[in-house]
Amino acid sequence: MYSRTYKTLVAVPPLLWVGVFLLLPYALMFAHGFWLVRDGFLVHQWNVQNYRALFTNPLYLQVFLRTARIAASVTLCSLLLGYPLAYYLSFHAGPRKEFLYQLVIIPLWVSYLVRGYAWKTILGSDGVLNGFLQYLHITREPVSFFLYSPFAVILVLTHIYTPFVFLPIYAALEHIPRPLVEASQDLGANRSATFLRVILPLSIPGLLAGAAFAFVLSLGDFLAPLLVGGPSATMIANIVQSLFGAAYDWPLGAAISVCILLITISLLFATERLEKRWSFK
Amino acid sequence: MRDTKFTSRSPLLAAYSTLVFAFIYLPIVVLILYSFNRDGVGGFPPRHFTLDWYRQLFSDSAIWDSVVNSLIVAAASVAMSLTLGLLAALALDRANFPGKVLFRRLVLLPLILPGIITGLSLLMFAVFAGMQLSLFTVFLGHGTALISVATTEIFAGLQKLDRAQEEASLDLGATPWQTFWRVTLPNLKLSLIAAGLLIFTLSMDEIAVTFFLIGRDNTLPLEIWGRLRRGITPEINAISALIFSVSVALIVVWYRLRARTMRSSPR
Repeated sequence: MYSRTYKTLVAVPPLLWVGVFLLLPYALMFAHGFWLVRDGFLVHQWNVQNYRALFTNPLYLQVFLRTARIAASVTLCSLLLGYPLAYYLSFHAGPRKEFLYQLVIIPLWVSYLVRGYAWKTILGSDGVLNGFLQYLHITREPVSFFLYSPFAVILVLTHIYTPFVFLPIYAALEHIPRPLVEASQDLGANRSATFLRVILPLSIPGLLAGAAFAFVLSLGDFLAPLLVGGPSATMIANIVQSLFGAAYDWPLGAAISVCILLITISLLFATERLEKRWSFK
Repeated sequence: MRDTKFTSRSPLLAAYSTLVFAFIYLPIVVLILYSFNRDGVGGFPPRHFTLDWYRQLFSDSAIWDSVVNSLIVAAASVAMSLTLGLLAALALDRANFPGKVLFRRLVLLPLILPGIITGLSLLMFAVFAGMQLSLFTVFLGHGTALISVATTEIFAGLQKLDRAQEEASLDLGATPWQTFWRVTLPNLKLSLIAAGLLIFTLSMDEIAVTFFLIGRDNTLPLEIWGRLRRGITPEINAISALIFSVSVALIVVWYRLRARTMRSSPR
Protein backbone atom coordinates (compact mmCIF):
# COMPACT_ATOMS: atom_id res chain seq x y z
CA MET A 1 0.00 0.00 0.00
CA TYR A 2 3.01 2.32 0.34
CA SER A 3 4.44 3.61 -2.89
CA ARG A 4 8.03 3.33 -3.91
CA THR A 5 8.51 7.06 -3.48
CA TYR A 6 7.16 6.89 0.06
CA LYS A 7 9.53 4.08 0.97
CA THR A 8 12.49 5.88 -0.55
CA LEU A 9 11.60 9.14 1.18
CA VAL A 10 11.42 7.57 4.63
CA ALA A 11 14.43 5.25 4.25
CA VAL A 12 17.03 7.44 2.59
CA PRO A 13 17.50 10.32 5.08
CA PRO A 14 18.10 8.16 8.18
CA LEU A 15 20.31 5.79 6.21
CA LEU A 16 22.39 8.66 4.89
CA TRP A 17 22.64 10.35 8.27
CA VAL A 18 23.59 7.19 10.12
CA GLY A 19 26.03 6.30 7.37
CA VAL A 20 27.80 9.65 7.50
CA PHE A 21 27.67 10.45 11.21
CA LEU A 22 27.86 7.01 12.74
CA LEU A 23 29.24 4.40 10.37
CA LEU A 24 31.90 6.68 8.91
CA PRO A 25 33.18 7.83 12.35
CA TYR A 26 33.41 4.24 13.59
CA ALA A 27 35.20 3.31 10.35
CA LEU A 28 37.58 6.23 10.89
CA MET A 29 38.38 4.86 14.31
CA PHE A 30 39.35 1.52 12.77
CA ALA A 31 41.47 3.33 10.18
CA HIS A 32 43.25 5.47 12.78
CA GLY A 33 44.25 2.29 14.58
CA PHE A 34 46.36 1.37 11.56
CA TRP A 35 47.99 4.79 11.13
CA LEU A 36 50.77 6.35 13.15
CA VAL A 37 52.12 9.56 14.59
CA ARG A 38 55.53 10.80 13.52
CA ASP A 39 57.13 13.99 14.91
CA GLY A 40 53.82 15.05 16.39
CA PHE A 41 51.90 14.64 13.12
CA LEU A 42 49.40 12.03 12.10
CA VAL A 43 50.74 10.00 9.19
CA HIS A 44 48.36 8.00 7.02
CA GLN A 45 50.72 5.09 6.64
CA TRP A 46 49.15 1.68 7.07
CA ASN A 47 50.84 -0.48 9.72
CA VAL A 48 50.10 -2.70 12.71
CA GLN A 49 52.58 -1.06 15.07
CA ASN A 50 49.88 0.10 17.46
CA TYR A 51 48.44 -3.34 17.92
CA ARG A 52 51.90 -4.80 18.35
CA ALA A 53 52.61 -2.21 21.06
CA LEU A 54 49.36 -3.16 22.78
CA PHE A 55 50.25 -6.81 23.01
CA THR A 56 53.93 -6.41 23.85
CA ASN A 57 53.91 -3.54 26.35
CA PRO A 58 52.98 -5.08 29.73
CA LEU A 59 51.60 -1.76 30.96
CA TYR A 60 48.57 -1.99 28.69
CA LEU A 61 47.90 -5.58 29.57
CA GLN A 62 48.16 -4.73 33.25
CA VAL A 63 45.67 -1.88 32.98
CA PHE A 64 43.41 -4.04 30.85
CA LEU A 65 43.40 -6.72 33.54
CA ARG A 66 42.73 -4.18 36.28
CA THR A 67 39.86 -2.78 34.23
CA ALA A 68 38.42 -6.24 33.70
CA ARG A 69 38.74 -6.93 37.43
CA ILE A 70 36.96 -3.70 38.34
CA ALA A 71 34.25 -4.34 35.75
CA ALA A 72 33.77 -7.91 37.00
CA SER A 73 33.48 -6.69 40.61
CA VAL A 74 30.94 -4.08 39.55
CA THR A 75 28.96 -6.73 37.70
CA LEU A 76 28.99 -9.09 40.66
CA CYS A 77 28.04 -6.40 43.18
CA SER A 78 25.24 -5.08 40.95
CA LEU A 79 23.89 -8.60 40.58
CA LEU A 80 24.06 -9.19 44.33
CA LEU A 81 22.08 -6.01 44.89
CA GLY A 82 19.86 -6.07 41.83
CA TYR A 83 18.74 -9.68 41.73
CA PRO A 84 17.28 -9.98 45.26
CA LEU A 85 15.63 -6.61 44.78
CA ALA A 86 14.04 -7.71 41.51
CA TYR A 87 13.01 -11.01 43.09
CA TYR A 88 11.45 -9.24 46.05
CA LEU A 89 9.53 -6.83 43.85
CA SER A 90 8.30 -9.50 41.50
CA PHE A 91 7.21 -12.08 44.07
CA HIS A 92 6.76 -10.42 47.43
CA ALA A 93 6.02 -6.73 47.07
CA GLY A 94 2.28 -7.15 46.66
CA PRO A 95 0.31 -4.01 45.89
CA ARG A 96 3.31 -1.70 46.33
CA LYS A 97 5.05 -3.35 43.39
CA GLU A 98 4.34 -0.65 40.83
CA PHE A 99 5.43 2.15 43.14
CA LEU A 100 8.64 0.40 44.17
CA TYR A 101 9.40 -0.35 40.54
CA GLN A 102 9.24 3.32 39.68
CA LEU A 103 11.42 4.05 42.69
CA VAL A 104 14.17 1.87 41.19
CA ILE A 105 13.76 3.37 37.74
CA ILE A 106 14.01 7.05 38.67
CA PRO A 107 17.72 7.09 39.63
CA LEU A 108 18.45 5.35 36.35
CA TRP A 109 17.78 8.60 34.54
CA VAL A 110 19.49 10.84 37.03
CA SER A 111 22.72 12.32 35.79
CA TYR A 112 25.76 10.12 36.06
CA LEU A 113 27.76 13.16 37.07
CA VAL A 114 25.39 14.11 39.89
CA ARG A 115 25.63 10.64 41.39
CA GLY A 116 29.39 10.41 41.01
CA TYR A 117 29.76 13.82 42.60
CA ALA A 118 27.51 12.84 45.49
CA TRP A 119 29.77 9.89 46.29
CA LYS A 120 32.78 12.16 46.15
CA THR A 121 31.29 14.35 48.87
CA ILE A 122 30.48 11.28 50.95
CA LEU A 123 33.80 9.47 50.69
CA GLY A 124 36.26 12.37 50.89
CA SER A 125 38.66 12.74 53.82
CA ASP A 126 36.55 15.61 55.16
CA GLY A 127 33.45 14.09 53.64
CA VAL A 128 30.16 13.03 55.12
CA LEU A 129 31.17 9.47 55.94
CA ASN A 130 34.26 10.58 57.86
CA GLY A 131 32.22 13.22 59.66
CA PHE A 132 29.71 10.54 60.57
CA LEU A 133 32.34 8.10 61.85
CA GLN A 134 33.96 10.78 63.98
CA TYR A 135 30.60 11.92 65.25
CA LEU A 136 29.98 8.38 66.50
CA HIS A 137 33.55 8.25 67.87
CA ILE A 138 34.33 5.19 65.77
CA THR A 139 37.38 6.89 64.33
CA ARG A 140 39.30 9.87 65.63
CA GLU A 141 41.21 10.89 62.52
CA PRO A 142 39.69 11.19 59.06
CA VAL A 143 40.10 8.00 57.06
CA SER A 144 41.58 8.83 53.68
CA PHE A 145 41.37 5.55 51.83
CA PHE A 146 37.63 5.70 51.06
CA LEU A 147 38.22 8.04 48.16
CA TYR A 148 40.79 7.63 45.38
CA SER A 149 40.93 3.85 45.28
CA PRO A 150 39.60 1.05 43.08
CA PHE A 151 37.09 0.47 45.88
CA ALA A 152 35.58 3.92 45.32
CA VAL A 153 35.31 3.29 41.58
CA ILE A 154 33.59 -0.07 42.17
CA LEU A 155 31.22 1.55 44.65
CA VAL A 156 30.23 4.39 42.31
CA LEU A 157 29.82 2.16 39.27
CA THR A 158 27.83 -0.38 41.27
CA HIS A 159 25.58 2.43 42.38
CA ILE A 160 25.09 3.53 38.80
CA TYR A 161 24.55 0.10 37.25
CA THR A 162 22.43 -1.64 39.89
CA PRO A 163 19.19 -0.24 38.40
CA PHE A 164 20.44 -1.26 34.93
CA VAL A 165 20.96 -4.81 36.13
CA PHE A 166 17.69 -4.84 38.01
CA LEU A 167 15.64 -3.97 34.92
CA PRO A 168 16.11 -7.04 32.68
CA ILE A 169 16.09 -9.40 35.68
CA TYR A 170 12.81 -7.95 36.84
CA ALA A 171 11.37 -8.26 33.33
CA ALA A 172 12.46 -11.91 33.17
CA LEU A 173 10.98 -12.69 36.59
CA GLU A 174 7.72 -11.00 35.64
CA HIS A 175 7.48 -13.21 32.57
CA ILE A 176 7.67 -16.44 34.53
CA PRO A 177 4.20 -17.96 34.39
CA ARG A 178 2.93 -18.03 37.97
CA PRO A 179 1.24 -21.42 37.54
CA LEU A 180 4.70 -22.95 37.10
CA VAL A 181 5.70 -21.64 40.50
CA GLU A 182 2.48 -22.86 42.05
CA ALA A 183 2.85 -26.27 40.43
CA SER A 184 6.31 -26.58 41.90
CA GLN A 185 4.93 -25.84 45.35
CA ASP A 186 1.95 -28.13 44.95
CA LEU A 187 4.30 -30.93 44.00
CA GLY A 188 6.01 -30.51 47.32
CA ALA A 189 9.06 -28.36 46.56
CA ASN A 190 9.89 -25.97 49.34
CA ARG A 191 10.70 -22.34 48.76
CA SER A 192 14.40 -22.68 48.06
CA ALA A 193 13.92 -25.69 45.81
CA THR A 194 11.31 -23.77 43.83
CA PHE A 195 13.67 -20.86 43.55
CA LEU A 196 16.70 -22.88 42.53
CA ARG A 197 14.96 -25.23 40.12
CA VAL A 198 12.21 -23.12 38.62
CA ILE A 199 12.68 -19.40 39.11
CA LEU A 200 16.46 -19.03 38.83
CA PRO A 201 16.84 -21.01 35.59
CA LEU A 202 13.96 -19.12 34.01
CA SER A 203 15.48 -15.78 34.96
CA ILE A 204 18.91 -16.54 33.51
CA PRO A 205 18.33 -14.63 30.25
CA GLY A 206 17.53 -11.47 32.22
CA LEU A 207 20.45 -12.05 34.51
CA LEU A 208 22.80 -12.43 31.56
CA ALA A 209 21.51 -9.32 29.85
CA GLY A 210 21.92 -7.25 33.02
CA ALA A 211 25.38 -8.63 33.74
CA ALA A 212 26.57 -8.00 30.18
CA PHE A 213 25.33 -4.43 30.33
CA ALA A 214 27.02 -3.65 33.64
CA PHE A 215 30.27 -5.28 32.57
CA VAL A 216 30.48 -3.62 29.19
CA LEU A 217 29.62 -0.14 30.39
CA SER A 218 32.07 -0.36 33.31
CA LEU A 219 34.76 -1.64 30.98
CA GLY A 220 34.70 1.57 28.97
CA ASP A 221 34.18 4.00 31.82
CA PHE A 222 36.67 6.80 32.27
CA LEU A 223 34.71 9.29 34.36
CA ALA A 224 34.46 7.38 37.65
CA PRO A 225 38.23 6.82 37.83
CA LEU A 226 38.80 10.51 37.15
CA LEU A 227 36.21 11.54 39.73
CA VAL A 228 36.85 9.15 42.63
CA GLY A 229 39.53 6.72 41.47
CA GLY A 230 42.92 8.35 41.60
CA PRO A 231 46.07 6.89 40.02
CA SER A 232 45.69 3.43 41.58
CA ALA A 233 42.39 2.97 39.77
CA THR A 234 43.37 4.10 36.28
CA MET A 235 41.28 2.16 33.79
CA ILE A 236 41.86 1.41 30.13
CA ALA A 237 39.58 4.21 28.93
CA ASN A 238 41.68 6.68 30.95
CA ILE A 239 44.70 5.61 28.94
CA VAL A 240 42.73 6.18 25.75
CA GLN A 241 41.60 9.56 26.95
CA SER A 242 45.15 10.66 27.78
CA LEU A 243 46.39 9.38 24.40
CA PHE A 244 43.82 11.62 22.78
CA GLY A 245 44.81 14.48 25.05
CA ALA A 246 48.21 15.39 26.40
CA ALA A 247 50.01 12.23 25.23
CA TYR A 248 48.83 12.89 21.66
CA ASP A 249 48.91 9.49 20.04
CA TRP A 250 45.54 9.13 18.37
CA PRO A 251 46.42 5.97 16.43
CA LEU A 252 47.38 4.08 19.59
CA GLY A 253 44.29 5.44 21.38
CA ALA A 254 42.15 4.37 18.45
CA ALA A 255 43.68 0.88 18.51
CA ILE A 256 42.77 0.50 22.20
CA SER A 257 39.28 1.84 21.49
CA VAL A 258 38.87 -0.73 18.73
CA CYS A 259 39.81 -3.44 21.24
CA ILE A 260 37.21 -2.14 23.70
CA LEU A 261 34.65 -2.01 20.89
CA LEU A 262 35.38 -5.55 19.73
CA ILE A 263 35.29 -6.95 23.27
CA THR A 264 32.00 -5.15 23.88
CA ILE A 265 30.36 -6.37 20.70
CA SER A 266 31.54 -9.97 21.04
CA LEU A 267 30.43 -10.10 24.68
CA LEU A 268 27.00 -8.77 23.82
CA PHE A 269 26.75 -11.13 20.89
CA ALA A 270 27.73 -14.09 23.08
CA THR A 271 25.21 -13.21 25.80
CA GLU A 272 22.51 -12.76 23.18
CA ARG A 273 23.12 -16.32 21.99
CA LEU A 274 23.24 -17.64 25.54
CA GLU A 275 20.03 -15.80 26.37
CA LYS A 276 18.32 -17.48 23.44
CA ARG A 277 19.50 -20.87 24.58
CA TRP A 278 18.23 -20.30 28.10
CA SER A 279 14.88 -18.83 27.22
CA PHE A 280 12.18 -21.41 27.41
CA LYS A 281 9.93 -20.34 24.58
CA MET B 1 -4.26 -16.92 44.00
CA ARG B 2 -1.78 -14.29 45.05
CA ASP B 3 -2.04 -15.53 48.63
CA THR B 4 -0.13 -18.76 48.12
CA LYS B 5 2.77 -19.19 50.45
CA PHE B 6 5.16 -18.02 47.77
CA THR B 7 3.81 -14.52 47.62
CA SER B 8 3.63 -14.29 51.39
CA ARG B 9 5.80 -11.92 53.41
CA SER B 10 9.48 -12.57 53.58
CA PRO B 11 10.99 -10.31 56.24
CA LEU B 12 14.62 -11.06 55.49
CA LEU B 13 14.25 -10.30 51.82
CA ALA B 14 12.22 -7.20 52.60
CA ALA B 15 14.95 -5.96 54.92
CA TYR B 16 17.62 -6.60 52.30
CA SER B 17 15.59 -4.78 49.65
CA THR B 18 15.18 -1.83 52.00
CA LEU B 19 18.95 -1.72 52.34
CA VAL B 20 19.39 -1.77 48.58
CA PHE B 21 16.94 1.10 48.28
CA ALA B 22 18.87 2.95 50.99
CA PHE B 23 22.07 2.42 49.00
CA ILE B 24 20.47 3.70 45.81
CA TYR B 25 19.02 6.79 47.43
CA LEU B 26 21.69 7.59 50.04
CA PRO B 27 23.89 9.73 47.77
CA ILE B 28 20.94 11.65 46.44
CA VAL B 29 19.60 12.37 49.92
CA VAL B 30 23.03 13.43 51.18
CA LEU B 31 23.49 15.65 48.16
CA ILE B 32 20.23 17.47 48.68
CA LEU B 33 20.67 17.73 52.45
CA TYR B 34 24.09 19.33 52.19
CA SER B 35 22.95 21.81 49.58
CA PHE B 36 21.22 23.51 52.56
CA ASN B 37 24.21 23.23 54.89
CA ARG B 38 25.88 26.51 55.83
CA ASP B 39 29.21 24.86 56.75
CA GLY B 40 29.76 23.33 53.38
CA VAL B 41 30.01 19.82 52.03
CA GLY B 42 31.03 17.22 54.57
CA GLY B 43 31.04 17.04 58.33
CA PHE B 44 28.28 15.42 60.28
CA PRO B 45 25.58 16.21 61.11
CA PRO B 46 24.70 19.17 58.89
CA ARG B 47 23.93 21.85 61.48
CA HIS B 48 22.97 25.23 60.11
CA PHE B 49 20.28 25.54 57.49
CA THR B 50 20.87 28.11 54.78
CA LEU B 51 19.69 29.05 51.31
CA ASP B 52 22.90 30.92 50.57
CA TRP B 53 24.24 28.29 48.18
CA TYR B 54 21.12 28.58 46.08
CA ARG B 55 21.38 32.36 46.21
CA GLN B 56 24.99 32.14 45.08
CA LEU B 57 23.97 29.72 42.36
CA PHE B 58 21.30 32.03 40.98
CA SER B 59 23.77 34.89 40.61
CA ASP B 60 26.41 32.67 38.98
CA SER B 61 26.25 33.65 35.34
CA ALA B 62 28.71 31.02 34.07
CA ILE B 63 26.37 28.28 35.31
CA TRP B 64 23.35 29.84 33.65
CA ASP B 65 25.21 30.35 30.39
CA SER B 66 25.99 26.66 30.41
CA VAL B 67 22.36 25.86 31.20
CA VAL B 68 21.31 27.85 28.14
CA ASN B 69 23.91 26.00 26.04
CA SER B 70 22.60 22.67 27.30
CA LEU B 71 19.03 23.69 26.54
CA ILE B 72 19.97 24.68 22.98
CA VAL B 73 21.81 21.41 22.38
CA ALA B 74 19.00 19.34 23.94
CA ALA B 75 16.27 21.10 21.95
CA ALA B 76 18.17 20.72 18.68
CA SER B 77 18.94 17.07 19.46
CA VAL B 78 15.29 16.38 20.20
CA ALA B 79 14.21 17.94 16.89
CA MET B 80 16.89 16.10 14.94
CA SER B 81 16.61 12.66 16.45
CA LEU B 82 12.80 12.76 16.44
CA THR B 83 12.71 13.63 12.74
CA LEU B 84 15.23 10.97 11.75
CA GLY B 85 13.88 8.49 14.29
CA LEU B 86 10.39 8.91 12.87
CA LEU B 87 11.60 8.33 9.32
CA ALA B 88 13.72 5.38 10.42
CA ALA B 89 10.79 3.83 12.29
CA LEU B 90 8.55 4.25 9.24
CA ALA B 91 11.22 2.71 7.04
CA LEU B 92 11.74 -0.24 9.38
CA ASP B 93 8.00 -0.78 9.64
CA ARG B 94 7.08 -0.41 5.98
CA ALA B 95 9.99 -0.67 3.62
CA ASN B 96 12.47 -3.35 2.75
CA PHE B 97 15.86 -2.03 1.91
CA PRO B 98 19.35 -3.50 1.73
CA GLY B 99 21.17 -3.35 5.05
CA LYS B 100 18.00 -3.20 7.11
CA VAL B 101 19.30 -5.55 9.79
CA LEU B 102 22.66 -3.80 9.85
CA PHE B 103 20.92 -0.43 10.18
CA ARG B 104 18.88 -1.63 13.16
CA ARG B 105 22.00 -2.77 14.97
CA LEU B 106 24.06 0.22 13.97
CA VAL B 107 21.69 2.84 15.40
CA LEU B 108 21.71 0.97 18.71
CA LEU B 109 25.49 1.04 19.03
CA PRO B 110 25.83 4.45 20.72
CA LEU B 111 23.53 3.28 23.51
CA ILE B 112 25.34 -0.01 24.00
CA LEU B 113 28.95 1.06 23.57
CA PRO B 114 30.77 3.01 26.26
CA GLY B 115 30.41 6.74 25.57
CA ILE B 116 34.12 7.20 25.00
CA ILE B 117 33.99 5.11 21.80
CA THR B 118 31.23 7.13 20.19
CA GLY B 119 32.71 10.39 21.46
CA LEU B 120 36.15 9.69 20.06
CA SER B 121 34.83 8.40 16.74
CA LEU B 122 32.91 11.61 16.26
CA LEU B 123 35.93 13.64 17.34
CA MET B 124 38.01 11.95 14.66
CA PHE B 125 35.24 12.55 12.17
CA ALA B 126 35.00 16.24 13.09
CA VAL B 127 38.75 16.72 12.71
CA PHE B 128 38.74 14.70 9.49
CA ALA B 129 35.94 16.88 8.09
CA GLY B 130 37.71 20.03 9.23
CA MET B 131 35.02 21.09 11.70
CA GLN B 132 35.72 23.30 14.68
CA LEU B 133 34.64 21.73 17.98
CA SER B 134 31.66 23.68 19.25
CA LEU B 135 28.13 23.22 20.51
CA PHE B 136 27.34 22.12 16.97
CA THR B 137 29.62 19.08 17.21
CA VAL B 138 28.08 18.30 20.60
CA PHE B 139 24.66 18.47 18.98
CA LEU B 140 25.83 16.14 16.20
CA GLY B 141 26.94 13.66 18.86
CA HIS B 142 23.78 13.82 20.95
CA GLY B 143 21.40 13.92 18.01
CA THR B 144 23.03 10.95 16.32
CA ALA B 145 23.51 8.87 19.45
CA LEU B 146 19.88 9.33 20.49
CA ILE B 147 18.24 8.47 17.15
CA SER B 148 17.87 4.93 18.42
CA VAL B 149 15.79 6.09 21.40
CA ALA B 150 13.37 7.82 19.04
CA THR B 151 13.37 4.94 16.58
CA THR B 152 12.61 2.31 19.22
CA GLU B 153 9.87 4.33 20.87
CA ILE B 154 8.17 5.38 17.61
CA PHE B 155 8.52 1.92 16.08
CA ALA B 156 6.64 0.52 19.08
CA GLY B 157 3.95 3.15 18.47
CA LEU B 158 3.74 2.20 14.78
CA GLN B 159 3.27 -1.46 15.62
CA LYS B 160 0.07 -0.54 17.43
CA LEU B 161 -1.19 1.71 14.66
CA ASP B 162 -4.25 0.45 12.83
CA ARG B 163 -3.25 0.42 9.18
CA ALA B 164 -6.87 0.27 8.09
CA GLN B 165 -7.15 3.93 9.08
CA GLU B 166 -4.43 4.87 6.64
CA GLU B 167 -5.97 2.71 3.93
CA ALA B 168 -9.36 4.32 4.50
CA SER B 169 -7.82 7.77 4.24
CA LEU B 170 -6.12 6.90 0.96
CA ASP B 171 -9.27 5.25 -0.43
CA LEU B 172 -11.29 8.33 0.39
CA GLY B 173 -9.04 10.39 -1.81
CA ALA B 174 -6.46 11.87 0.54
CA THR B 175 -2.95 12.10 -0.86
CA PRO B 176 -0.20 10.08 0.90
CA TRP B 177 1.12 13.40 2.23
CA GLN B 178 -2.27 14.34 3.74
CA THR B 179 -2.64 10.85 5.14
CA PHE B 180 0.72 11.16 6.82
CA TRP B 181 -0.11 14.50 8.45
CA ARG B 182 -3.71 13.77 9.33
CA VAL B 183 -3.71 10.08 10.21
CA THR B 184 -0.24 8.66 10.82
CA LEU B 185 1.30 11.51 12.76
CA PRO B 186 -1.62 12.22 15.14
CA ASN B 187 -1.66 8.53 16.03
CA LEU B 188 1.99 8.71 16.99
CA LYS B 189 1.61 11.81 19.13
CA LEU B 190 2.16 10.10 22.49
CA SER B 191 5.14 8.11 21.27
CA LEU B 192 6.69 11.27 19.88
CA ILE B 193 6.22 13.22 23.12
CA ALA B 194 7.53 10.34 25.22
CA ALA B 195 10.60 9.91 23.02
CA GLY B 196 11.18 13.65 22.99
CA LEU B 197 11.14 13.90 26.78
CA LEU B 198 13.52 10.99 27.14
CA ILE B 199 15.95 12.37 24.56
CA PHE B 200 15.80 15.79 26.19
CA THR B 201 16.66 14.38 29.62
CA LEU B 202 19.45 12.18 28.28
CA SER B 203 20.94 15.04 26.29
CA MET B 204 20.83 17.44 29.25
CA ASP B 205 22.73 14.91 31.39
CA GLU B 206 25.14 13.55 28.79
CA ILE B 207 28.81 13.80 29.65
CA ALA B 208 30.90 10.93 28.20
CA VAL B 209 30.33 11.77 24.51
CA THR B 210 30.21 15.53 25.15
CA PHE B 211 33.58 15.35 26.88
CA PHE B 212 35.35 14.85 23.54
CA LEU B 213 33.22 17.09 21.35
CA ILE B 214 33.03 20.24 23.43
CA GLY B 215 34.50 23.47 22.12
CA ARG B 216 34.79 26.73 23.99
CA ASP B 217 31.19 26.87 25.26
CA ASN B 218 30.39 24.43 28.04
CA THR B 219 27.23 22.46 28.55
CA LEU B 220 26.00 22.25 32.13
CA PRO B 221 27.52 18.83 32.96
CA LEU B 222 30.87 19.93 31.51
CA GLU B 223 30.74 23.20 33.45
CA ILE B 224 30.16 21.23 36.65
CA TRP B 225 32.93 18.83 35.68
CA GLY B 226 35.34 21.72 35.24
CA ARG B 227 34.46 23.09 38.68
CA LEU B 228 34.93 19.73 40.35
CA ARG B 229 38.57 19.83 39.34
CA ARG B 230 38.95 23.11 41.23
CA GLY B 231 37.37 21.72 44.41
CA ILE B 232 33.87 21.13 45.64
CA THR B 233 31.41 23.64 47.05
CA PRO B 234 27.79 23.25 48.12
CA GLU B 235 26.92 25.38 45.12
CA ILE B 236 27.49 22.23 43.07
CA ASN B 237 25.19 20.40 45.48
CA ALA B 238 22.57 23.06 44.85
CA ILE B 239 22.74 22.80 41.06
CA SER B 240 22.84 18.99 41.29
CA ALA B 241 19.75 19.01 43.49
CA LEU B 242 18.00 21.17 40.89
CA ILE B 243 19.10 18.87 38.06
CA PHE B 244 17.83 15.92 40.07
CA SER B 245 14.43 17.52 40.63
CA VAL B 246 14.01 18.46 36.98
CA SER B 247 15.07 14.98 35.81
CA VAL B 248 12.61 13.35 38.18
CA ALA B 249 9.81 15.66 37.06
CA LEU B 250 10.49 14.92 33.39
CA ILE B 251 10.75 11.19 34.01
CA VAL B 252 7.48 11.12 35.92
CA VAL B 253 5.77 12.91 33.00
CA TRP B 254 7.42 10.46 30.60
CA TYR B 255 6.33 7.51 32.66
CA ARG B 256 2.73 8.70 32.82
CA LEU B 257 2.64 9.24 29.07
CA ARG B 258 4.07 5.83 28.43
CA ALA B 259 1.55 4.18 30.73
CA ARG B 260 -1.15 5.99 28.79
CA THR B 261 0.22 4.81 25.45
CA MET B 262 0.30 1.26 26.75
CA ARG B 263 -3.26 1.42 28.01
CA SER B 264 -4.70 3.04 24.90
CA SER B 265 -3.50 0.13 22.79
CA PRO B 266 -5.49 -3.06 22.59
CA ARG B 267 -2.40 -5.26 22.48
